[in-house]
Amino acid sequence: MSPAIPDPNRPAIRVEIAANEDVVIVRQRAREQSQRAGFSLLETTKLVTAASELARNTLEHGGGGFAELEVVTDGLRRGVRMTFTDEGPGIPDLDAALRDGFTTGGGLGLGLGGSRRLVNEFHIESTVGKGTRVQVIRWK
Amino acid sequence: MDRIPILRIGDTLLVTVQVDMHDQLAVRLLDDLTNAIARTRARGVLIDISALDVVDSFIGRMIADVAATSRILDAQTVVVGMQPAVAITLVELGMSLPGVRTALDVDMGMELLREPRNT
Amino acid sequence: MTTPSNRIIQVLESSQVQLLADWVKALRSSSMSRTATAISDPELQAQCQEFISLFGNAIRSGDLEDLDAPAWKPVLELLAGVSRSRGRQGFSPSETATFVLSFKEPLFAHLRRAFTGDNEAKLFSDVWDVSKLIDRLGLFTTEIHQQAREEVIRRQGEEMLELSTPVIQLWDGILAMPIIGTLDSARTQVVMEALLQQVVATRSPIAILDITGVPTVDTLTAQHLLKTVAATRLMGAECIISGIRPQIAQTIVHLGVDLNGVLTKASLADAFRVALERLGHRIGTAARG
Repeated sequence: MSPAIPDPNRPAIRVEIAANEDVVIVRQRAREQSQRAGFSLLETTKLVTAASELARNTLEHGGGGFAELEVVTDGLRRGVRMTFTDEGPGIPDLDAALRDGFTTGGGLGLGLGGSRRLVNEFHIESTVGKGTRVQVIRWK
Repeated sequence: MDRIPILRIGDTLLVTVQVDMHDQLAVRLLDDLTNAIARTRARGVLIDISALDVVDSFIGRMIADVAATSRILDAQTVVVGMQPAVAITLVELGMSLPGVRTALDVDMGMELLREPRNT
Repeated sequence: MTTPSNRIIQVLESSQVQLLADWVKALRSSSMSRTATAISDPELQAQCQEFISLFGNAIRSGDLEDLDAPAWKPVLELLAGVSRSRGRQGFSPSETATFVLSFKEPLFAHLRRAFTGDNEAKLFSDVWDVSKLIDRLGLFTTEIHQQAREEVIRRQGEEMLELSTPVIQLWDGILAMPIIGTLDSARTQVVMEALLQQVVATRSPIAILDITGVPTVDTLTAQHLLKTVAATRLMGAECIISGIRPQIAQTIVHLGVDLNGVLTKASLADAFRVALERLGHRIGTAARG
């Protein structure tokens, strides 16, 4: 991942993900952070959509967890970094999960492959039986 | 329990989605629409998503499900008002919404519903 | 690894205030006059102060050579920030590097003053170590400055692109976008957004993308064009691609790109005729007389 420094003037937002409504809250907060980062309408849409996908995964697959949304900078441009953490069952086959395909059921229905295309940087760690952590950055 | 209202215009059902739906609300909408189609014997369903800034894979699948279910109940579905940013993002996500007809706005959507059906 | 002598550490610790004053003075009076006008006093003061503080911390960590070490990260980040902002403001590379290079003189002056023994060789080695270090920091700022300038140029290029791809309303409900020049990834995105926004704004069910003026198409461009078509369809409009030259047609086949049922026409005129028919119009000749 590129060096990304949180913007001290724009504090990180943490959202607990425990129920359906929380996914909506994650979308709203992601939209706020993307506006603070100066994103265009299209950039915001992509970021919020990715946030929605990943938050839903945390809820449905991970059994709940939390999201951290931060405005970051690499010195040149601003961006939004989102981290989704859960202590769920983990993903045994990451390669399969990152593959595409919603209607065909590919990608294990996790929408990870699609979300990856909506962001610039995508990093996932998962341990079976311990949990999953997905961190993404979208730069302006 | 919150629900999204379904209006009836002749033999067409009109749904205007104006809130950021959480998943359960979307599922409830699908249920309500299915019941309404059967109850009113509607021939057309018009879903207006012009107020939606974000359509993710769940909503996308829900829309495709509405279209498929309506077809089985002998009704046509048209989705109108998709915003450009939403369209671009859905393409990026890899969702093509097969089986879902679309139109630019409610007027054009109604026109589409009035056209003689083709398989 | 070169460790800093105690003298260097001491000078940085005990003479911070004076070092700051001397440095700011040197910057203000330097022949690089742009600093004098473009950067306000408080801002310059803050930048210098922060540098001295972070520099001191990094020196204390004990490594004068490895700038990749974590101890130097805060210093590099500060310098990167200063350099980018200088770059965006139009400072030259030399003017930008002057910020950190001009720190040498006050620092050496203080080192000299703190030198009380008679081992000149030691003083020389201190000065040399610090000099090498600051030179490298100076070079770093120049690199960052370069990147910032390139970013400005790139953005200006993007703005020009937006202006060079107008969307034209050919008829009620029919838009045309003649694209001229190469279509790279960035440009295609801009083009795509503009076209789709016009489709909504004018309520036009048909958009014609004319690529007569596009010399070559590679896989990535072809994919972007297809994405544009797909997005238009999702919204409820239709896209026709016209002006595909024979060479491009061959490239598309050769690349194995599936046009996926996209309607293509050789010329914009053909596309326009099809569009009119699709909308239910017929072109006839008016009776004279």
